[in-house]
Amino acid sequence: MTSNSESTQELPLQQVDRVVIRFAGDSGDGIQITGSQFTMTSAIVGNDLATLPDFPAEIRAPAGTRPGVSGFQIQFSSSDIHTPGDAPDVLVAMNPAALVVNLKELKPGGTLVVNTGNFKEQDLRKAKLDKNPLEDGSVDGYRVIEVDINERVKEALAELTISSKDKERCKNFYTLGLMYWLYSRPLEPTLKWLADKFKRTPELVEANQMALKAGYNAGDIRELFHSHYEVLKTESMPPGTYRNVMGNQATAIGLVAGSKLANLRLVLGSYPITPASTVLETLAGYKSHGVITIQAEDEIAAICAAIGASYGGCLGLTSTSGPGMALKTEAMGLAVAVELPLVILDVQRAGPSTGMPTKVEQSDLFQSILGRNGDTPMPVLAISRPSDAFEMAIEACRIAVQYMTPVILLSDNYIANGAEPWRLPEMDSLKPFPVHFHDDPSNMEVFGRNELGARPWILPGTPGMEHRIGGLERDSKGNVSYDPDNHQRMTLERQNKILNIAKTLPKPTIQGEAQGDVLLLGWGSTVGVLTRVFEEAKAKGQKVSRIHLRHLWPLPPGLEDIFAGFKKILVPELNMGQLARLLRSEFQHHDFVSLPKVTGQPFLTHEIVKEVDRILA
Amino acid sequence: MTLQDPPKRTRKDFQSDQEVRWCPGCGDYAILASVQKYMAEAGVDPAKTVVVSGIGCSSRFPYYMNTYGFHTIHGRAPAIATGLKVARPDLDVWLITGDGDSMSIGGNHLIHVLRRNVNITILMFNNEIYGLTKGQYSPTSPVGTVKKSTPMGSVDRPFNPLQLVLGSQATFVARSVDADPGHLGKILKAAHEHQGTSFVEILQNCVIFNKDFYKDAMERSVRPDKTVDLVAGEPVVYGKERDKGLRFHDMQVEACAPGDALVWNPSGPNSAPGFLMAGLSEQAGMPTPIGIFRDYQALRYDTEVNSQVQKAVAKSGQGNLKDLVYAGETWQV
Ligand SMILES: Cc1ncc(C[n+]2csc(CCOP(=O)(O)OP(=O)(O)O)c2C)c(N)n1
Ligand code: SF4
Ligand SMILES: [Mg+2]
Repeated sequence: MTSNSESTQELPLQQVDRVVIRFAGDSGDGIQITGSQFTMTSAIVGNDLATLPDFPAEIRAPAGTRPGVSGFQIQFSSSDIHTPGDAPDVLVAMNPAALVVNLKELKPGGTLVVNTGNFKEQDLRKAKLDKNPLEDGSVDGYRVIEVDINERVKEALAELTISSKDKERCKNFYTLGLMYWLYSRPLEPTLKWLADKFKRTPELVEANQMALKAGYNAGDIRELFHSHYEVLKTESMPPGTYRNVMGNQATAIGLVAGSKLANLRLVLGSYPITPASTVLETLAGYKSHGVITIQAEDEIAAICAAIGASYGGCLGLTSTSGPGMALKTEAMGLAVAVELPLVILDVQRAGPSTGMPTKVEQSDLFQSILGRNGDTPMPVLAISRPSDAFEMAIEACRIAVQYMTPVILLSDNYIANGAEPWRLPEMDSLKPFPVHFHDDPSNMEVFGRNELGARPWILPGTPGMEHRIGGLERDSKGNVSYDPDNHQRMTLERQNKILNIAKTLPKPTIQGEAQGDVLLLGWGSTVGVLTRVFEEAKAKGQKVSRIHLRHLWPLPPGLEDIFAGFKKILVPELNMGQLARLLRSEFQHHDFVSLPKVTGQPFLTHEIVKEVDRILA
Repeated sequence: MTLQDPPKRTRKDFQSDQEVRWCPGCGDYAILASVQKYMAEAGVDPAKTVVVSGIGCSSRFPYYMNTYGFHTIHGRAPAIATGLKVARPDLDVWLITGDGDSMSIGGNHLIHVLRRNVNITILMFNNEIYGLTKGQYSPTSPVGTVKKSTPMGSVDRPFNPLQLVLGSQATFVARSVDADPGHLGKILKAAHEHQGTSFVEILQNCVIFNKDFYKDAMERSVRPDKTVDLVAGEPVVYGKERDKGLRFHDMQVEACAPGDALVWNPSGPNSAPGFLMAGLSEQAGMPTPIGIFRDYQALRYDTEVNSQVQKAVAKSGQGNLKDLVYAGETWQV
């Protein structure tokens, strides 16, 4: 490739509706930063978008190896989209390992940008390759753009005095610049972000900004590409103020909002675990909102500290993932027994045991609904996407304080790390649900119940209302009781309290007709892909409708009627069919078809489309 | 307006209406009475007091106290008390636990509450046995303890509870005994007045499963010669005639004349003196030490956590939800 500064001729600008790009390289290459910068800029441009970060469990797996490959996929569009896309249109491969791991998913005829600077002998060896895939026919059928990014960055930053190591670290911004040019994105948001990010080391601001501009200019003047593209802003997005948000961040903000609407201080007890840790880290930064975070010695202590805080009149919260949920089980039972509000956030990952910490699964559903000793009912809610997290977090807080119960709020790895535009709520649309502590000593039924079935919340420190609570079965006055009839009655009261929550829930809305051949039923992070499947089915004239469950326990009202309108109910889940089994036991007269997937990756549209076609055949 | 004296309270004000259900003769009764008596004398406000416990015979304690009480789950009371105290620094939090509850299942939480120095008072009833589950050996039972689960005698070495907690950075460590209300009352007062986590081991007689295990040292007739009470500022002297002294030599405790005895200082920069004294019971011919092993001031978690929140508010103002939601890059559609 020769430098061609003579080329003043404008390259053609083409408009496209939607594009899927996957960045892939070493986890040390800054792939996640490149991806999230591209995401931020696309959001600001006004595209609808969805992302899928995919990183190794090891922080720095050996460089250049296949297990060390980190990926970030983004789909951005001028119309509504619901998923990060099945197959990328563009694959950016920073080394041979990234190329071979991802190539099979690139669309036929798709664009492949490779950093040839990392395709030397030793790079091929690290990726366990005998031959260079760029030369052995592996990449035939793709539009291959070869750039020696290492060399180009070195040239671009030749004048700077920073170390060559620091210069090399700028190469992800060169790559980003290239992509910005290819898809006509503005540089300003990233330039601004860099200035802020490295404000203590101005020389790094300069270097990274230079690399970004060099990449952009290279696209412009080097005729690397035959044309460049424009993805216009989405017109179909409802009007409002938007920001780009990641799932865990939106969840944290929603939990703060929930506690404020309840007029309570939020106290988080947590023990770090992927992919939930960023909730702890985010909330630790919200101290000026009165939020207290306790990094406990383990997950048991974390939930216990939260219970202690709730007992003291705050809103206790604990955040974790599967293995931590297992440890919290006994304490959840205590919270159910003493009837204190508590929110338990489970950002699910692939199990069992340590499983695949950085991969997605929805397999903690049974554990959440059923996984405790005794008859120990708890409400279970699921977030379905980053832009839904705020609302669901508030809903979890509302149920916890109004019903004096622990609540499980499920999220997952895909939501936690995924980003999308979030249409911000009008602040006065948020309905407060302030807590009233009981302080009338003349009426001291500690386990008496109001119309919702909730017991009064009495603050320690209130004069004349000293009382004891505990895990031993108790009567309505709170005194320990082993009376058989009392235990039967208390168990029923606890169960009914939770089941009655359903009465306040809206009936799920059906997307499509109320009658048909197949009802697509999902929960949690499959909402995007199921929406896409629904749209494809509709376009083909298939009689397919769709509902999505936000409340998993108790189930929302009206399901029996909805199910009656369909011949089959298809339940795709990222587990071995847990919701399908639950529904079969709750609704015996309908035909549920389970579609399980446990690869650690989200569903692809065509996988579910194929199943719909099979059912309808 | 005239300032009113706080209402005078008696032991009765701290007794709940629940029937006490320990075995007749159990040492827990005496401890309950001592705690209630101390609280009445100290003018403690029952409404501002919370007694938290784990699980075990000892952990039934809160039900019998006319204060706020939370009987939680086995071993986890330190974590619950931490959350409570951080959320409500205005409350006076007491924690009742047993040797099994605190040193076995709850060992992890115990060491961390001590390390954090949360401002609570922990009373650990050590009967060297699992009482509630009917008499299995515990992590404080001596090697060779023959019980139903160890028919040939236990083979694992016990914890020295005081050394364990000193090693966990405890800032107040003391030992007393159920049957000596005078001594126990004195220790309860010092423990309660300490700012930070106070840990008090109370030797407690389980008359059913480990009767009189401590009698060799604690029997009234032999006690003066078999125990030594560590009192700050006083020489370490014991014996009916106060004729025996102790001092340090070569990193050991050794016997000496009363006039040569060490003057006890539990508040020095490190916990080594308390640690050496706590090991006395394992030295043949030495008395069982009681009293105060450590009394030291250090950062308190509950205070620090809350002051960080105050600092953050002082720096950037009381957080407002709208700013949080509308933060970062936003755009209009
Ligand atoms: C999770 C759990 N495991 C086991 C038990 C059974 N259990 C109750 S109390 C106890 C031991 C109590 O010993 P200790 O703390 O010394 O109290 P003591 O009864 O001697 O006062 C055990 C093993 C339990 N309640 N919970
Ligand atoms: S079993 Fe032992 S510790 Fe428990 S109440 Fe009876 S005497 Fe007390
Ligand atoms: Mg015991």
